[in-house]
This record gives sequence, structure tokens and C-alpha cells, in this order.
Amino acid sequence: MTSPLEQKIRIAGPSIVTANRTSDGVVIYRTAANGWSTSLPDAAIVRTVEEARALLAESVADDVGAVGPYIAPVEIKDGGKVKPGNLREHIRLKGVTIDLLPLPA
Amino acid sequence: MYAYDELDRTLINERVEEFRDQVKRRLSGELTEDEFKMLRLQNGVYLQLHAYMFRVAIPYGTLSSKQLRRLAHVARRYDRGYGHFTTRQNIQFNWIKLAELPDALADLAEVGIHAMQTSGNNTRNVTSDQWAGVAPGEIEDPRIWSELLRQYTTLHPEFSFLPRKFKFAITASAHDRAAIKVHDIGLRLHKNAQGETGFEVLVGGGLGRTPFIGKTIKPFVPGRDLLSYVEAILRVYNQYGRRDNIYKARIKILVHELGIEKFAAEVEDEWLAMRDSALTLDDAVVEEIRSRFSYPAYQKLPHMPEELKQAAHDPLFERWRKNSVFTHKVQGYAIVTLSLKPVGGPPGDATAEQMDAVADLADKYSFGEIRVGHEQNLALPHVAKRDLPALWKALDKVGLATPNVNLVSDIIACPGLDYCSLANARSIPIAQELTRRFANHDTADLIGRLHINISGCINACGHHHVGHIGILGVEKNGEEFYQITIGGRADENAELGVLIGPAVPYGEVADVVEDIVEAYLALRARPDELFVDTVKRLGVEPFRERVYATR
Amino acid sequence: MPLVKNGKIATDGFAHVPDGAELPGDGAILVTAARFLEDPEALLRRAGKLGVIWPNNRDVDDLVPWLGRLSVVALVFPTFRDGRAYSQARLLRERYGYDGELRAAGQVLRDQFVFMLRAGFDAFEVRKESDAEAFADTAKRYSVFYQPTGDGRVTALHRRMQQRHSESAGQ
Repeated sequence: MTSPLEQKIRIAGPSIVTANRTSDGVVIYRTAANGWSTSLPDAAIVRTVEEARALLAESVADDVGAVGPYIAPVEIKDGGKVKPGNLREHIRLKGVTIDLLPLPA
Repeated sequence: MYAYDELDRTLINERVEEFRDQVKRRLSGELTEDEFKMLRLQNGVYLQLHAYMFRVAIPYGTLSSKQLRRLAHVARRYDRGYGHFTTRQNIQFNWIKLAELPDALADLAEVGIHAMQTSGNNTRNVTSDQWAGVAPGEIEDPRIWSELLRQYTTLHPEFSFLPRKFKFAITASAHDRAAIKVHDIGLRLHKNAQGETGFEVLVGGGLGRTPFIGKTIKPFVPGRDLLSYVEAILRVYNQYGRRDNIYKARIKILVHELGIEKFAAEVEDEWLAMRDSALTLDDAVVEEIRSRFSYPAYQKLPHMPEELKQAAHDPLFERWRKNSVFTHKVQGYAIVTLSLKPVGGPPGDATAEQMDAVADLADKYSFGEIRVGHEQNLALPHVAKRDLPALWKALDKVGLATPNVNLVSDIIACPGLDYCSLANARSIPIAQELTRRFANHDTADLIGRLHINISGCINACGHHHVGHIGILGVEKNGEEFYQITIGGRADENAELGVLIGPAVPYGEVADVVEDIVEAYLALRARPDELFVDTVKRLGVEPFRERVYATR
Repeated sequence: MPLVKNGKIATDGFAHVPDGAELPGDGAILVTAARFLEDPEALLRRAGKLGVIWPNNRDVDDLVPWLGRLSVVALVFPTFRDGRAYSQARLLRERYGYDGELRAAGQVLRDQFVFMLRAGFDAFEVRKESDAEAFADTAKRYSVFYQPTGDGRVTALHRRMQQRHSESAGQ
């Protein structure tokens, strides 16, 4: 398996690094303060390949705390609000898009 | 039901302790994720989009009521109150915490349930058909052989690090409900001209990126040689299967690249060198396993009990009975399918409450036994016909009596992008919308048997290649699109579906399926000509025209 | 990298000699298959025991003519996920009757020790010190085995048969 650091990094716009917390699988976002947060607004934003690579490298180094970090796109709305940049990240943040059982009456 | 003895239980407990130690070492950092990943996969633990997913084994789809209650307990205690039954007769929990997994496994081990080899590059759940042991016309109960294979393949020291996953399926009926032709090894139990019990062995079937229908490698392997012959196949695969490219690593690729004759010759050479080994199954050993399967003490019951005659006046009961109740090999009994495909529901899911309810109903009406089918429904295999009306009322109360078994709204779907990190597109909301479009039971009855299979990516966990209508989610420019195939089938006449045209966007899939169904209703030769037979007769063209005329 | 033999850490009596390097005059050595096959007789004539490191993508059949005269055969796990050496090990032990030291090399980690023992390995070049120290305990993880290998452990099926016979004999 190639390490995420060896894969070609492409940045199409503002991006973040995200992963899952090792102990419980919860979605986490890499912060600028060398840590992780479950809250997307806390995520460090990178805009160049170099920045992304550096953020990813320090994320990968935290092998104990986080599993499978990778670079994901975000959208920055007017006013600076950060939103998930694609459907997959939207689902990771908000949860499943479907009605679960028991079905609404 | 197979009764685990002290040896079986000890093995499961030893595995739980080993996994507990592995989790501890992962959380402390002693094991890196790179070292741990394959270990957790070997115990059925995936990392998905928003959480870990835990896949628990249900060997050949058979559960006791006690076991089902324990699965409900795991759903409640360690997850979000529900589970998902899969296309390989297993169950998946979607919100499990790694740190709590060893405890969940210990709870399951108490009732003889485990998660060994439900993922990873090893041999997976040996699936059979959910009517094994009760279907009329079966040669013998295939689960005896499934159990022999299960034991043989569990923690096999030589075959725990294969090039890729390896799946077995076994059928003992002329009509194959186990889809053996799309498995790495498919086994058809039958008797030869001399009356000996043995297996037609097929190899190299599989779906995914490069689907193949399995080829017969040997038309008859006697029962006593089953394990040694399987060992020969696995050894050839372990040594020569490709390890450089995960998309070319399944045995189907090796069989395709060598050709079936050459592959068969390699296996035969290997087998001749080891055939009379400790793996030969003598009759005493087979009988030992057989003796641990218990069967109900069926009563002598009438073919048409009074309760059934009375209930026939109720059109709702009749509709359900005609749809969900199947002939049992013992007079006076029936096999009942419980649809997990309610209108608007996620296909194959059940809540903890529903699981508990089914366990109670199994105790009351099915000698404590439940089956899980690869079409993501449950079954109660030993129901006395006189109990059908009472059972139906009880099932209806808990939402498990939708009379859509084998119909257009009985959809098989993978979890898709709502859950799965491999997915390109969602599959469950497509299924839910389709059940709403076809919610009218009279319409669904009119259409007849029609299997829709939906996969959210090319890995094909929804088995879309062999759906009568197959739907495959792909990504185009960040949007969800779907390729539609028709004419696939998974049974003894297995075939891969044919693409009808360019992929359509998310919002149009349900319309396209309606168009296909309309075309079928207009084109079928008779009301009882099945959709899949109409496609066979006329080909894809008339359907393609109808769907793409305005697109 | 610690060597484990007989369940505990031991000194490795064999020197790995890289291709191209001069062979020591005597003393136990391990050479690659390529070097061995260039001139097996010469290497076997040397004073001092000989071991061969056999790659996992080559049939062990090619080594069979010399098995009786080798002291060590080392098989390779390039990553722990590459399981070809398990088949090679079983063939060497069970089909060809090799009874010298069968050594596991490469990425050899704790959680594969039991599989390796069952496949016939009896020496291990263990990656991590902590894994080597845990070897004896790890080897005892399992007491029940479903399938027969050449390791002589009685399978669950046959233990049941034995129990049955002793039960009926006792009647």
C-alpha cells in the first residue's frame, strides 16, 4: 500500500487534512496547532501542494491517534464559513443521508 | 443447527483474547496501523467513512434465537441500535468503537458467534442457500459440508495471507440459490451414477472490476476428497496468484490467464501429490459433524390445516402468504421469508427490537432457528402451516411482513457512499426511492419476479452484475451517475448483465427503472414470462430505445 | 534483529554472506539462492555448515536435490502479508521431508508466530525485540487447531473422534 505521502498530491482549491480517530473511528480534522478536532471550522486550511504535504506529513506521523489521514477539499463561503467540498466529506461531517429504521410514520 | 462443542468455543475464545491483545498494542502504539490493518481485517473490522464497521460471521446463514438476541444486544450496547444483513449472509454494525470491540467479541463468543475471517486476504464465510436442510428436492443438507469447510479454513496457517480474498459457496439443489457460479470456489453437491456423494467444483467466478462466471475444474470430486482437493486449489493460488496489483489478484484472474485446462492440470498435479493425506474425510468424521446438526422433531401435520382455511378469507394475509411462504420438504410445514425491504427503508437493515422480535417468533414458531439469505432477507425455516396466520400478524406488527419477496421492490443494495469509504455514489437512497415508486403491491405482483441489485462502486458488493436490473454508481465530475445493466442472473443459468446505455444522473435513476419496467410489461409474451426471460428473448435494444428515446 | 530458536532468543550461529562478498574459510554461513545455485557442490564441500535463503517467488523443487545436506533453509516474508513462504515451508517439511532448521526471515512479526510454527518453521529472525521476548507466550495462544499440518498437533476433528472412542470404550 503506498503511503499517502507518496501519492501525488493535487490541490484544486482550499483544502484540509482529515482522518478517523483510532480509538473510536470518529471523523477528525487536522488543526493548525498540531492536533485534531471533530469540528470542521477548527481545521487548518492549506492552499498549496507544499502546505498540504507538510500538514499531511505531520498528520501521518500521529499514527497512534489517527488512522488514514488524507487531503480533502473544502468550500469557503462568503463570510469565511468553511463547508465540506464534496458529497463524501459532507456525509462524513453530517452523517448518512437516508431515513434509518424505524421509519418515520 | 450445528452445536458448538467445547473445542469450537475454546478456539473462538482464544481468538478473542488474541484480538484483545492486538487492539491493546495498537492503541498503545506498539503496533502501527500498517501492521494492524490486516490483523483487524482478519477479524472483520473495516474503517469506513464515519466510523469503524464490524462484520460478524453467520456461518452458512444459520442462527439460533439465542444468537440473534445477542446480535440485538451488540446493536444496542455497542452500536446505534441496528444492524445490516449482507449479501454473504453476514451481519454488519456501522458505528463500532475499536476500543470496545474486544468486549463486543467476548459477548458474542458466549453464544458461539465470531468475526473470524469476515475480511482480509483469507477464506471468507462459506455461504450456502438459506433453505438448506428444508428445501424439497435437496440431495442432502449442504451445511454439513459448509461446516467441514468452515473448520478446515478457519485460521489455516498456510492460507491466511493469500493474494486476495477467497469466497466459497455451496448448493445441494438443482436450482442454485447460493450463486455458486460467481464465487472463487463454487460447489454443487450431487450424486454420481454410482450413487456416491460428491461435488462439481467450479473455480474462478467473481464479480467486481472484472466479473467472471466460474468454470468447472472437475465435474466430480468425491466427498472424502473435498478438503484435499480444495487444499490443492488454494496452494496453487497462494503460490501463483498475482500479488503486484490488487485488481488482478483474485483467483479468477489466474484462471483466466492460465486457462482452465492448464489451471486444472496444475491443481491435479498438486492434488495427486497429497491426496491420501490426513485431509481425507472418512465416513466417521463426516458423521461426527453430521451428528452435531440437530433437526426439529417435526410433527405429523395436515397439508391444509383449518387455521389456514379460515385465514384464506383475509386478502391481506393471502397476499403475504402467496408472496412470502414457500414449500417445505415436510408436509404441514413451510419456509417463511421475512422481508427486510419495507417501503422507504434501507434494504437489509433490522433494528435491535426487530431482531428480538424475530428471535421470540423463532422460538414460538420455528424451533428456535432463523436463516439469513444473501438477498438480505431473513427466513424462518420450520413454520407449521397452522401457525402462519398468527405469525403473519406478529410480523406485520414489527414491520417484517412486506409482501414483496422476489419482487421489484425486494432490492439488494450495498451500503454505498452513505457508509462506505470505497464507494463512488450512494445506493441506499436509490433503493428507497425505487421502493416508493413500486410501493403498490398489485403493481409489483403484476410485474412479477424482478431482482434489482445496486452497487455504489465497482467492487460490486451489491452484486449488480447478476441483477435482472443492475445499477452501478460511478462518479462523473463530482456528481453521482449510474450505469444500468439488464439481463443478469445469479442462479444455475448465471449470466452477467448488459449495459443499456450511458450512465444517468442520480435524479433520473428511478425514472429509468420505471421506463424499463414499462417496456417489459409492453413487450412480454405472456404475463408469466419473467422480466429476465423477456430480456433474453428480445435482447437489450428495445429497452435501450425506450429509456434513451427522450434522454 | 534477534533470532528465536526453541522458543527463545538465541545467538545466530550463521553469518549472512552478501552476494559478491568473500566466503569466510570456515564457520556457518547463509547465502542467497542465486549464489548457491552457481556452484552448490563447491559451497557444500566447504568446512562449515551451509544455509540458503530461498526467495518466495521460486519453487522449492529446485532446492530439493540438496536438502539433505543443508543445515538451514531460510524462507522470506517480504511483507508479513505475503504468505507464499507458508506453502513453501509446508512443502519442504511435509512433501520433501526436510528436517534441518527452517527459518523465517523478512517482516516476521508476533501475530504470525503460531501460523509459522504450524507451517513448520523452527527459527525466526524477528523484527522487533519485544516480539522476540514475547515468543514463548505467543506460541501458547491457541490450543485448538482445526486443520492438520505436518506439526503433529491433533486436530479438533480427531480429538472428538478420540473422545468418542474412549467414551464408548468405557461403557
